[in-house]
Amino acid sequence: MRQTILGRKLGMSQIFDHQGNAIPVTIVQAGPCTVLQVKTVQTDGYNAIQLGFGEKKEKHTTKPLQGHFRKSDSTPKRHVREARIDDPSLFKVGQVITAGLFQKDDRVDITGTSKGKGFAGVMKRHGFSGFMASHGVHESKRGPGSIGQSADPSRVFKGMKMPGQMGNESVTVQNLKVVDVRESQNLIMVKGPVPGGKNGLLVIHHAIKKAAPPLREPETEEVEPVPEAVEEELDAGLTAAEVSEESAPVTAETAEEVPAEPVQEAAAQEEPEAESKRAESAVEEEAGETAEEPKES
Amino acid sequence: MGINIVEMYEKEHMKRDIPDTPIGSTVKVHYRIIEGEKERIQIFEGVVIARKRAALRSSITVRKVTAGIGVERVFPIHSPKIDKIEVTRLGRVRRSKLYYLRELRGKKARIREKDQY
Repeated sequence: MRQTILGRKLGMSQIFDHQGNAIPVTIVQAGPCTVLQVKTVQTDGYNAIQLGFGEKKEKHTTKPLQGHFRKSDSTPKRHVREARIDDPSLFKVGQVITAGLFQKDDRVDITGTSKGKGFAGVMKRHGFSGFMASHGVHESKRGPGSIGQSADPSRVFKGMKMPGQMGNESVTVQNLKVVDVRESQNLIMVKGPVPGGKNGLLVIHHAIKKAAPPLREPETEEVEPVPEAVEEELDAGLTAAEVSEESAPVTAETAEEVPAEPVQEAAAQEEPEAESKRAESAVEEEAGETAEEPKES
Repeated sequence: MGINIVEMYEKEHMKRDIPDTPIGSTVKVHYRIIEGEKERIQIFEGVVIARKRAALRSSITVRKVTAGIGVERVFPIHSPKIDKIEVTRLGRVRRSKLYYLRELRGKKARIREKDQY
């Protein structure tokens, strides 16, 4: 099932994979989010959960909102967002959703607010070329040039690229690969950049253009043994890969994949699609890895 | 908040046994090369002409002249592909970036050895 969580962009860094390629990653604080309200077709006309993320002081919370947070036995939250879901019976008010929602190699869509650039001209906003800096050009070095014809249309067509507000809008980046998950700290690392500046609010969702991940057990705040095991095994797999790199890269790859097997089977009991989904993402990983050699000149 | 999680995360992944490679020093970089099944180590020896100091993302630029052609490689020093880095000689230089070496050939492109005290 596809699920949503709220998060915060912490910054970017890089990770080396077992082949030694440097992968650019964005570190995202994903959750913990509290379910503040469950909306159902019967009561609200649609299925959704309301998520709260980030603490704020009670004295900064309005009285009506204080009451709303009290209903779910939650502390006041800075950000409150709604997320559509398929099955409201899986959620209950007050439940805590953590980064354990995601696993390594999952694909996610991330929505954020892009950095505001203010009122920008056409060169910055639309990549126009402007005019020459000399050769007699005056008063329109960065101008747009002609914006239309003459008496015939006698108007400017809709959608004409003109100066205006740039940035500070909602932007979604799709199919970002989850490179690493730290459940204990509620961190996920995704490959590549995400919209917005540091500390910006992000809405993280399982990729809509990929197969939905199987329903995983650890969604509540109760003890979550499975993902921790995954983490340990991945660590073990990584070190094994480092050591065995001298022998052959093939062994390194199997070393990483074999220990992860039992966990996958556990998940497969829940949902038969799990196995095939894993296999699929494994194929994608191989295809998606491009060698990043250091530059030569 | 308060603690910088990105910094913490980078610290975890950093190598701890990297020697200091000052600008102007001559280094041997042992670089792992994977050719199909086999893996071997190639040594790239040259002068450190630039350093980027950024925790896990740190890198050094090493320049050498092979058959009259200058070759520069940027090595991310925390990369697992780097087996080890040896410093063979320290140079006495007065810049933090030795890009001027690119314009110099032969005797002029030499770097005086740093006096040891």
